[in-house]
Amino acid sequence: MHRRTLLRTAAAAPLAIGAPRLWAAPAADARLLVVFLRGGYDAASLLVPASSPFLAEARPTIAVAPPGAGADGALPLDADWALHPALRDSLHRLWLDGRVAFVPFAGTRDLSRSHFETQDGIERGLPDGRGGDRRSGFLNRLAAAVGGAAPIAFADRLPVAFRGELAVPNLAVRTAVQPAVDARQRALIGAMYAGTALERPVADGFEVRETAMRETAGDAAAAEARATGRDALPARGFEQEARRIGRLMRERYSIGLVDVGGWDTHVGQAPLLAARFGELGRGLAALQDAMGPAWARTVVVVVSEFGRTFRENGNRGTDHGHGTAFVVLGGAVRGGRIVGEQVRVARETLHQDRDFPVLNEYRAVLGGLLARLHGLDAARLDAIFPGAVPVDLGLV
Amino acid sequence: MADPSVRSAPPRATARRRVLALAAAPLLAAGGCAGPRERADAVGAPATPASAPATLPRDPVRAALLLDRVAGGASPATMRELAALGEARWLDGQLRADPSAPMPAAVAARLEAMPLAREPLDARLAELAGRRRAFAALPDEAARVEARRGYQQALAAHGREAASRTLLRALHSPAPLLEQMTWFWTNHFSVFAGKLDLRAMVGDLEERAIRPHALGRFRDLLGAVVRHPAMLRYLDNERNAAGRLNENFARELLELHTLGVDGGYSQADVQELARVLTGVGIAVPGREPALSPSMRALHVREAGFEFVPSRHDFGDKRVLGRTIRGRGLAELDEVLDLLVEHPSTARHVARRIAAFLVADAPDPALVARLADAFAASGGDVAAVLRALFDAPAFEASLGTKFKDPMRWVVSAVRLGGEDATPADPTPMLGWLLRLGQPPFGRVTPDGWPLDEASWAGSGQLATRFEIARAIGARTPARLGGEVFDRAIRPRAAPATLDALARAGAAAEWNALLLSSPEFMRR
Repeated sequence: MHRRTLLRTAAAAPLAIGAPRLWAAPAADARLLVVFLRGGYDAASLLVPASSPFLAEARPTIAVAPPGAGADGALPLDADWALHPALRDSLHRLWLDGRVAFVPFAGTRDLSRSHFETQDGIERGLPDGRGGDRRSGFLNRLAAAVGGAAPIAFADRLPVAFRGELAVPNLAVRTAVQPAVDARQRALIGAMYAGTALERPVADGFEVRETAMRETAGDAAAAEARATGRDALPARGFEQEARRIGRLMRERYSIGLVDVGGWDTHVGQAPLLAARFGELGRGLAALQDAMGPAWARTVVVVVSEFGRTFRENGNRGTDHGHGTAFVVLGGAVRGGRIVGEQVRVARETLHQDRDFPVLNEYRAVLGGLLARLHGLDAARLDAIFPGAVPVDLGLV
Repeated sequence: MADPSVRSAPPRATARRRVLALAAAPLLAAGGCAGPRERADAVGAPATPASAPATLPRDPVRAALLLDRVAGGASPATMRELAALGEARWLDGQLRADPSAPMPAAVAARLEAMPLAREPLDARLAELAGRRRAFAALPDEAARVEARRGYQQALAAHGREAASRTLLRALHSPAPLLEQMTWFWTNHFSVFAGKLDLRAMVGDLEERAIRPHALGRFRDLLGAVVRHPAMLRYLDNERNAAGRLNENFARELLELHTLGVDGGYSQADVQELARVLTGVGIAVPGREPALSPSMRALHVREAGFEFVPSRHDFGDKRVLGRTIRGRGLAELDEVLDLLVEHPSTARHVARRIAAFLVADAPDPALVARLADAFAASGGDVAAVLRALFDAPAFEASLGTKFKDPMRWVVSAVRLGGEDATPADPTPMLGWLLRLGQPPFGRVTPDGWPLDEASWAGSGQLATRFEIARAIGARTPARLGGEVFDRAIRPRAAPATLDALARAGAAAEWNALLLSSPEFMRR
């Protein structure tokens, strides 16, 4: 309780913009990766409110077992919170190293409980209502505000967060890039698009592919080397993607976003989540590994559009809820802490008798974090999150 | 944009008026009492066999743009048809297309050779359920793994078959507008084939629930989709039961399928609709639920669908301000009527159709006009499309909408024309996967986005250029032939023509054409 009071006080302090920064990575060198868990992940299974007697009552069949329940038991973080056991070798290690922080009760004011509406809203990063330029996303505005930023979306399609005035390249990292279009044809194609609205993306597309080919050329050899080891399985899914992302961000890109799907767990969620969390954790560990020395200047923010109902539904799953938990990790993170406004988890404190409340609005939290990480002044921050009052949680 | 050398091209406005005048009129028999303008257009139609058949419409540039938009691409065959019938009659015929009309013989043979054509869905699901039971019961681990692999292979074959049907029809159907709208509705009611055994169901969803109604009544379409096992499994409604609510389907039904997210429903409406949907699920093969005699009368089981009264919440519900008296499956029909009649549904559906066929952010006035057509016709899709083709905004938008991968791939293959044998859709499936839009592969229920911002990113463009090379190398000849010369070249930018002039062999020329800015739009 004592600790929580302390943190709450710290959280309430508005960011003193312009004050000397005690700890911040040099703006030009900082790396930011946003990992968007699409589908609304069940925050109460990742960051488990283990001290709440209400947990077992609300989730008779799907609550993560409390700390001390053997291998299936959650991993204690502090007196109140614990971590899903599938994250033992990844996030929990980072916790012990003080390189991961959690922000429970985080999220938006959006109450549509619609995946798509809420995701788009977060990615735009605008105030409630219809103000602001709805065609641009906050990461696009961030990339424009940070001098020398090299943004990229690791996705088939450019996500809303990266749309806007600045041309931001995208690259699917699911499959390795293979050479196809030769230099002469590249020049011919480039000439067809000269002076058109797509001139820049066409040029970016060729450039990004060259970079990706160079940086991920070792994929096949590395996979083969691992496969010859007795116990090693070749990396798959997010782990493989994260390794490629790590290489690209180490060498070339400074602001990235990657989607991880499969979190909309309306039915039988416990085994699904154990697998998803395991894959997520392995991916984040692979990312750290691939980033090498750049990890020290890296912040990874794991977000999702909303949390899920605190009570389980009729199918051992959960439905769309409200408050979620953000995970902030990286070599530049002052972690080992659970930060932000908090409240005791109980029936009376649920939002609409249903969900985690939102006490840490995402624009305030991310605004405070980005201001520190990139050394942004109030005017530049306001261009990214118009009208937001950043809150400094001391995350970097 | 139009080449002045195309002497016979009528001014755009005239062409459009002709479409409008005739589209609303009853279908004229071929060679029948067409007006003078129409008769001029019908030169070369079967009714006037004396003259040589026209291979291109009188304004080929405009015709190709129209076909790019409504037919998924200009193919030599559709250009000939348009030339023969004239635009108005061709379009009218498309709007009246009979979903049960035969495909060209070679395509029909391919489709009929697929198991789906012969196998009812419930039999297929029973077969798969039997396999699952069988391998679970195997005592030997190795045998279990082997049986599981066989099961997965069967599922994969079903999935490929479903996607192949979609592509074969998109390429070769005599009713390309019907196929385009089938894709549109399959996307509107999007399900993910990768969930559980949905690969065995998606073909049936398209074939029996969506395609028959793609140009028909929205209410019929909705009713068929809501009862289809693919949707009920995808959105977990088979698990939704009295006292064990699962609101997944109820929410998406309101948010995505009918009213739209701003359509004016509340969380309470979602929960009440979820209660209406309790007991609406999938028939378990070989197992009839144990029911009391009174419940038995309310039990419904047909083609994989099942309503189990003992799982239904029989209390009264209140949805969108109306009290729904608890009485069984009839509640669902009452609610679907209510949803379809709601003005928000007309607007939502109108906006979605306009975003597919006119512009990423359609003019609100156009959406209102289409919503009126929807409401006035009792939700008749063809009536909405007539209003759309009638709108000046449609005409003005031709050639400007960025193609999503499906439109880009299909239009590229269509441009190559049709051989005696239908195209092999297998490579196309690979291309769509690489372009990030595999058929039935959208994980989330909102369907693929259709706007330029989603598909014109640098990564997407670079992948298209790579695939353009693969498509371009499939044929030894230049793509399009006369269609390129008379319908594409006249509106191509000088930079595009310049690049084409520098191309080496036909394969490279093709790759450049498919990579050109003009070919990215429809």
